[in-house]
Amino acid sequence: MPGERDHIVAETAARILADFADPLTINKAKDDAWKEPLWQALSNAGLPLAWLPDALGGSGVSLAEGFAILGVAGRFALPAPLAETLAAAWLLTRARLEAPPGPMTLAPCRPHDRITLSADGRLSGRATGVPFAQDCRHIAVLADGSKHKVIALADIKDCRLSEGRNLAGDAANVVTFERVTPRRTAPAPDGFDESSLMLMGSAIRSVETAGALEAILSLSVAYANERVAFERPIGKFQAVQQNLARLAGEVAAALAVSGSAADAIAQADTFDEAVFLEAASAKIRTAEAAAEGSAIAHQVLGAIGFTQEHVLHRFTLRMLSWRDDFGNESYWAAELGRHVARRGAGEFWPLVASR
Amino acid sequence: MTVSLSFDPIRLPPECEALRTEVRAFLAEEIAAGTFDPHHPGQGDSYNRAFSRRVGAKGWIGMTWPKQYGGRERSQLERYVVTEEFRVANAPANLHFVADRQSGPILLKYAPEHVKIDILPRICRGDLCFAIGMSEPGSGSDLFAAKTKATKIDGGWRINGSKIWTTGAQIADYMLALFRTSPPTKENRRHGLTQFLVDMKTPGIAVNPIYQMTGKPGFNEVVFADAFVPDDHVLGEIDGAWKQATSELAYERSGPERFLDTFYVLPELIRALGPEPDLRGAEGLGRLVAQLHTLRRMSVSVAGMLQAGKEPVVEGSIVKDLGTVWEQKLPGRVRDLAAFLKPERVNHTALGDQLAFAAVIAPKLTIQGGTTEILRGIIARGLGLR
Repeated sequence: MPGERDHIVAETAARILADFADPLTINKAKDDAWKEPLWQALSNAGLPLAWLPDALGGSGVSLAEGFAILGVAGRFALPAPLAETLAAAWLLTRARLEAPPGPMTLAPCRPHDRITLSADGRLSGRATGVPFAQDCRHIAVLADGSKHKVIALADIKDCRLSEGRNLAGDAANVVTFERVTPRRTAPAPDGFDESSLMLMGSAIRSVETAGALEAILSLSVAYANERVAFERPIGKFQAVQQNLARLAGEVAAALAVSGSAADAIAQADTFDEAVFLEAASAKIRTAEAAAEGSAIAHQVLGAIGFTQEHVLHRFTLRMLSWRDDFGNESYWAAELGRHVARRGAGEFWPLVASR
Repeated sequence: MTVSLSFDPIRLPPECEALRTEVRAFLAEEIAAGTFDPHHPGQGDSYNRAFSRRVGAKGWIGMTWPKQYGGRERSQLERYVVTEEFRVANAPANLHFVADRQSGPILLKYAPEHVKIDILPRICRGDLCFAIGMSEPGSGSDLFAAKTKATKIDGGWRINGSKIWTTGAQIADYMLALFRTSPPTKENRRHGLTQFLVDMKTPGIAVNPIYQMTGKPGFNEVVFADAFVPDDHVLGEIDGAWKQATSELAYERSGPERFLDTFYVLPELIRALGPEPDLRGAEGLGRLVAQLHTLRRMSVSVAGMLQAGKEPVVEGSIVKDLGTVWEQKLPGRVRDLAAFLKPERVNHTALGDQLAFAAVIAPKLTIQGGTTEILRGIIARGLGLR
C-alpha cells in the first residue's frame, strides 16, 4: 500500500519531470538538448539508482517507492531510460554489484534471449529489443555461467548494436555480445533466472503503462469537455461518454492489476508462484488495456490526436511498444494458462483467492 | 481537471483466511449432504430457507452489522470472503442475499429503531427474504419516472400501482420499494419519490409470476391495490429518496457476485483442457485467468475502501461494468477454447450443460442492478463529463 514516503519520492519525480520532461515541450523540441539537464536533475534527486542500496552507491528507496516513480514516469511518457536504469540497478543488486553513474539498460529483455558467460569470463549471445541501449554507457546482464546464473555489468561500447527504434521512436537495439569481457560479475541468487527478470520487467512496464493510461484519460476527458461540435462540447454526447467510461474502465483495471503486482513483488522474498500470477496477469491485462485504451483515446481526439503536433501519440505509441518488452501478453498468457492447467481445476479458485 | 481513480492493493487480513477455511468446510458439508450440486448451477431451488437458516446460524448473514441488531460486527473484507466462496460454490443463497447486501444496510441507515430491532435480527437468522421494488411497466432504467403512488392517509400511506421485473417477489417477506409521494418539480425531476418498507403479506398486494427465457419463474409483477403501509415504514426523507440512492451503489455494484456469476465454466474448461493443453487452450485460458485476477483485485480494493468508510461510487460502478461484461462473455470464450478438444477428453455432459445454462442467463448479467449504459453514464459523471 502506498505510504507517505512513496508519495514524497513520487512527488519529487513528478516535479522534476514537469520541469524537465514535459511531453508538450519535448514534443516541440528540435534537438536532444533537454536530455542532459533532465538526467542531471533525476540523478541529483537520486532517482535512477533508487533501487540500489546506500552501501552500493544508490539511494536505497523501497521497491514500493521505486514503483511509484515508475508510475509517474508513465504519466509523462518519459522518453529516457529511467525505468531501465532502475531495473538494471535492481538486477545488479541481486548480486550485490555496485552500479556506475549514468543511464543503464539491461539484458535480456525478451523471454527467449539467452546470454552465456564462458569459463574464461566472456559474455556471448544476443539480446533483442533492448530499450535505450545506444543511449546508455552500461548494461546489466543476466547470463548462464558454467554452473549457475551470473549477473554482470558490461560496457555498451564493447557490444555490437544494431540500429532500432520502437513505435514511439525510442531506441530499441539488438545487442550482440561477442566474447565481451564484463567489468564485474557475481553469481545470481539461488532460483533467480530469466523468468524472474522477465516478471520484474513485466511489473515495471505494467506500472508505466497504467501511468500512461491515467494520462490519456485526463487528456481525453479534458479534450471532450473543450472541443465543441454540433454546438456542444463532444463530451456531452452519450456515445462519447460511453467510450470515455470504457477508457476509465481500462485505466482502472491497469491501475489495480499493476499496483497489485508491484505490491506483490515489494512484499515477496522470492519470485514465487504468487509473484508469477500477479506480474504475468499485470502484463497481460495492462497490454490489453493499452490497446483498448489507446484506440478509444484516439477515437475521442479524432484528427488532432493523429498529428505529430499533439502529445497523444507520445503515450499511446509507448504503451503499445511496452507490450513487447519482457514477454508480450500472448507469451505470458500461454505461460499462465499452462501453469493453471498443470495445477488442475480443483486448485484454480484457491490460487485466485490466495491473492 | 485531472481524473483520479484509486485502486490500492488491499490484501485480505489473516482473519479472512481463517474464515475462508471455515466457510469452505461448511459448504463442503452441505454439498456432501446433498443440499446443492456445485457443478450444476440452475438445478435445484436457489431459494432454500433451511439452508439460509443454517448460514444465519453460522453468523454469516448481516455479519458486518452491529451486534444489537443480530450482526457480528465483522469487516467488509470478511463479508467479501463469505460472498465469494458462496458464489464460487454455486451455493443457493438467493433467499438471504438481497437482504444481506442491500436491504439490511438501508434499514440500518433509515428505519426507525423499533423496526430495526424487529427486522434486522430476523434477516441475520436467515428467516427473511427481501425483494427490490424499483422498475415499473413505464420505468426501468429511468428510475425516477416511477408512478406507483403512495397517498397520505391517517396513520400511513395507501399504495396503488405496480412494480415489474421484481426478482424473488414470489417468496419475499418484505420489499424495499420506491413510491411516488409528490410529483417531480420543474427544477428536479428526481424529486417526489420516497423509499418504503413493505410487508408482502399486506392485503391488496398481488404477485403475478413472469417466466424468464430460461423457462423458469423468477421475475414478477407486483400489483398494489389500496395496500396500506404504516408511517413507521417510511425510510428516510419523504420525497427525497434520490438523495439516498447513490451511496448504496458502491455496495451493490462492486461485490464478487458482479464477475463470478458464470465462473463455474472456467474450472470445467481446465478439466477439459487437461494438464497439458495445446497452445491455443493455454493462451486462451491464461488471458481469462489474468482478467479474472484483475477483476478480483479491483473488487477487493473497493471492499477495502468501503471498510475504510469511503464511498467509491465511480470505482464501484467500474467494477460492475467490467465485471458483468466479462462474466457475460466468459461462456462464449470457453466455448471457443473447447471447440477443438478431442471428444474423449471432455466431460461433455458437465461442460455442455454448464455452457448451455450460462449462455441462456448471460444476457441478464449486464442488465440487472443497473444496465451497462446507466453505469457508464455514472462513470462519465464521475469523470466530469456531465
